[in-house]
Amino acid sequence: MKLDSKIPEGHISQKWTDYKDHLKLVAPNNRPKIDIIVVGTGLAGASAAASFAEMGYNVKAFCYQDSPRRAHSIAAQGGINAAKNYQNDGDSTFRLFYDTIKGGDYRAREANVHRLAEVSGNIIDQCVAQGVPFARDYGGMLDNRSFGGTQVQRTFYAAGQTGQQLLLGAYSSLSRQIGLGKIDMYNRHEMLELVKVDGKARGIIARNLITGEIERHSAHAVIIATGGYGNVYFLSTNAMGSNVTAGWKIHKQGALFANPCYVQIHPTCIPVHGTNQSKLTLMSESLRNSGRIWVPKKKEDAEAIRAGKMKPTQIAEEDRDYYLERKYPAFGNLVPRDVASRAAKEVCDAGHGIEANDTNEGVYLDFSTEIQSKGKQTAYAKGNHNPSQEEILSLGKKWLEEKYGNLFTMYQKITDENPYETPMKIYPAVHYTMGGVWVDYNLQSTIPGCFVAGEANFSDHGANRLGASALMQGLADGYFVLPYTVSDYLSGDIRTGKISTDLPEFVEAEKNVKDSINKFLSNNGTKTVDHFHKRLGLIMWNKVGMGRNEKGLQEAIGEIASLKEEFYKDVYVPGSSDELNPELEKALRVADFIELGQLMAIDALQRKESCGGHFREEYQDAEGETLRDDENFKFVGAWEYKGYDIKNEELHKEELKYEFIKIAARNYK
Amino acid sequence: MSAAKNINISLQIWRQKNSKEKGKMETYKLNDVSTASSFLEMLDQLNEQLVNERKEPIAFDHDCREGICGMCSLYINGRAHGPDTGITTCQLHMRMFNDGDTIVIEPWRSAAFPVIKDLIVDRTAFDRIQQAGGFVSVNTSGNTIDANTIPVPKDDADKAFEAAACIGCGACVATCKNGSAMLFVGAKVSQYALLPQGKVEATNRVLNMVRQMDEEGFGNCTNTGACEVECPKGISLENIARMNREYLSASLK
Repeated sequence: MKLDSKIPEGHISQKWTDYKDHLKLVAPNNRPKIDIIVVGTGLAGASAAASFAEMGYNVKAFCYQDSPRRAHSIAAQGGINAAKNYQNDGDSTFRLFYDTIKGGDYRAREANVHRLAEVSGNIIDQCVAQGVPFARDYGGMLDNRSFGGTQVQRTFYAAGQTGQQLLLGAYSSLSRQIGLGKIDMYNRHEMLELVKVDGKARGIIARNLITGEIERHSAHAVIIATGGYGNVYFLSTNAMGSNVTAGWKIHKQGALFANPCYVQIHPTCIPVHGTNQSKLTLMSESLRNSGRIWVPKKKEDAEAIRAGKMKPTQIAEEDRDYYLERKYPAFGNLVPRDVASRAAKEVCDAGHGIEANDTNEGVYLDFSTEIQSKGKQTAYAKGNHNPSQEEILSLGKKWLEEKYGNLFTMYQKITDENPYETPMKIYPAVHYTMGGVWVDYNLQSTIPGCFVAGEANFSDHGANRLGASALMQGLADGYFVLPYTVSDYLSGDIRTGKISTDLPEFVEAEKNVKDSINKFLSNNGTKTVDHFHKRLGLIMWNKVGMGRNEKGLQEAIGEIASLKEEFYKDVYVPGSSDELNPELEKALRVADFIELGQLMAIDALQRKESCGGHFREEYQDAEGETLRDDENFKFVGAWEYKGYDIKNEELHKEELKYEFIKIAARNYK
Repeated sequence: MSAAKNINISLQIWRQKNSKEKGKMETYKLNDVSTASSFLEMLDQLNEQLVNERKEPIAFDHDCREGICGMCSLYINGRAHGPDTGITTCQLHMRMFNDGDTIVIEPWRSAAFPVIKDLIVDRTAFDRIQQAGGFVSVNTSGNTIDANTIPVPKDDADKAFEAAACIGCGACVATCKNGSAMLFVGAKVSQYALLPQGKVEATNRVLNMVRQMDEEGFGNCTNTGACEVECPKGISLENIARMNREYLSASLK
């Protein structure tokens, strides 16, 4: 198979404009003859579905939740980037493009990222026009803040609930089209197979999660917008239902899966509390604007804290190691996520972790300096130039409460500790996956007619992702890229007519789905689905987690293969297929996570370099920073499915060309 | 911080095979629940136990487990989202309970939210209300005017945001003695009524959304205020008042 990225010729700033001008169109009177399926209704899926319907196509949209408004995009907290330069701090399309490529550790595609930066401003305009209530300043203009990995204020936000407001904006557009009868919405439905006819994507097999009915749906094109695969680790910040099934099914049908080993570990999550934990909770990265990260300098202090014999507030200033400020003076606590995560792992591995759990994994995010300085500042602003320490503390806490109140309350509810009085405990956790289905510039996979958008594809984030850039990609793909590229593809389909679901391809795909369901229900094993998922998660976290090495990866590949055998032999799935059966849903998803997990380890093993979220311990410089190998690994690793044994997958390489950005070592010092 | 410990509890849970069959309360014992666990992790633990005993696990809705998706529900000891304020069920922790406690768990109880199975109810009525007018009709052409040409006074933007913070979980309906959806609908109507972008369609929006709300079988508001008390996002009763004003002026046009 030859990978053709279809990146247009020309100067980077003109590529998308010129390309769009020459894409083929479907005339308005022909659009009602064409059906489009959209799977997933997060930012990418909902915005795409609404756009297609608005153009006049017939759209069927699918989500596993009870309502499209619940897609996990809703949980994004901090904000969305756009190169508007409203703050007059020198921002531009080129700078956003440059920061995103650099943040991605030079493993993303230039043309895609530039397009993302180009349309970023339009996203804000679109959302505001839809009534998304972004934060405003007193002049009524939009407000901005800054995020890790950048030196400008380009992040638009709605308190700590930006994802929610953007998703509800897209959902409102989607709802409008559903109300107008242009979109058929299938809630509580899960796509379990892609149907190909003559090599083209022509439909899906879906399961109605309430009745268990297996349904056939045909279309002229299928869009997969089902988010990331972080739940392969069992514990992650993803919603419990987030899964890779749609992406993995199309992979098995011929879509290549790119860079699966690139997983972002977010530095500020609440540490794991115990063995029954189901889910990790993120604390917004925006907290790093006000918090200082540290661990005790002396190991005996860390031990005393873990044993409950000492409190963090008792540790003297000179006995604290503010390790990010020490190592990265230019960016300090605002270094990118992969850098901050790795630094936390390093100090915990060295015995300075403060959490009293099995692994001692945890560091402090301390707001006391901010409380002092903002308290004093507020007192002065009120004309009190001689405030008492008590007044300073009270005003400082009030300042923090206004800015981060909801996050502090959330932390206290979960941990039973008051972060105004004692530093927060945080530790990195799996958050976002940069790998995904390989797509060309049109966001089309290697299966004609099957497009992949948002976190489910691989194209825009390289080996790492900067904060506030995922929301941007989801909406850019759905509102401003797919409407053009999918129309170009569909221009060949105006005479095709309705696609029958009685075709043998549909019959066979449906049979395969039913067989795999029946296999699980009649398996009669002895262990629960979660038992296997948790074991997979542990292998992944320990051996394909924040640090990877050859030995661990090879072990992981073998262990996951054995786990797969055992899973099929010994899993027990109760209930029947013709009813709401959450255990069955989980079993079908975990089967795919297991295979993907193995591919992630295989991909990590072949990538003999360190970059972004992929840290191979063998490849680091004298100071423990990532050591990329641009000569040998400046490529996208795209895998082709070759049957049951994942070890047989074949690697295809798409060389990455940097024509407009000078590739350099990433330095945040 | 109180150190985590393990407790033993008794659970009375509503079991209902599907929307057609009658349901009933069942009693379960669960030991060694860490007080650091969330309420949903406790249910996971119970389900693990049930599956291991070859019994059918309890179906309940949940997803983000961060208090924002609005998917989790549950009436716990007679309160929507349980015995704590300002949170969803996924944010409720077992430290709120004591060793030996009996906890009663029921689905949302409202005619407009029929039970699908066990603790899962159908909340698509909310979607249909939104489809009736909860939007601004704007095309996604990429040609919209620059965002800062629509200035919005900060106070209005803040109020619109507070209304928009509704997560559509349905606690307001579940807790209302009339099964009224007016806090939800009021929040949606308010968000758009407060913003210049929403003004053009304001009349039709409020008439259509209220009509749809009535058709779905939700009850009326009698100003009891329980919805505001149990709302995990603190959506204010002011929004109901604003919706009523919008509705009145729309009706007079």
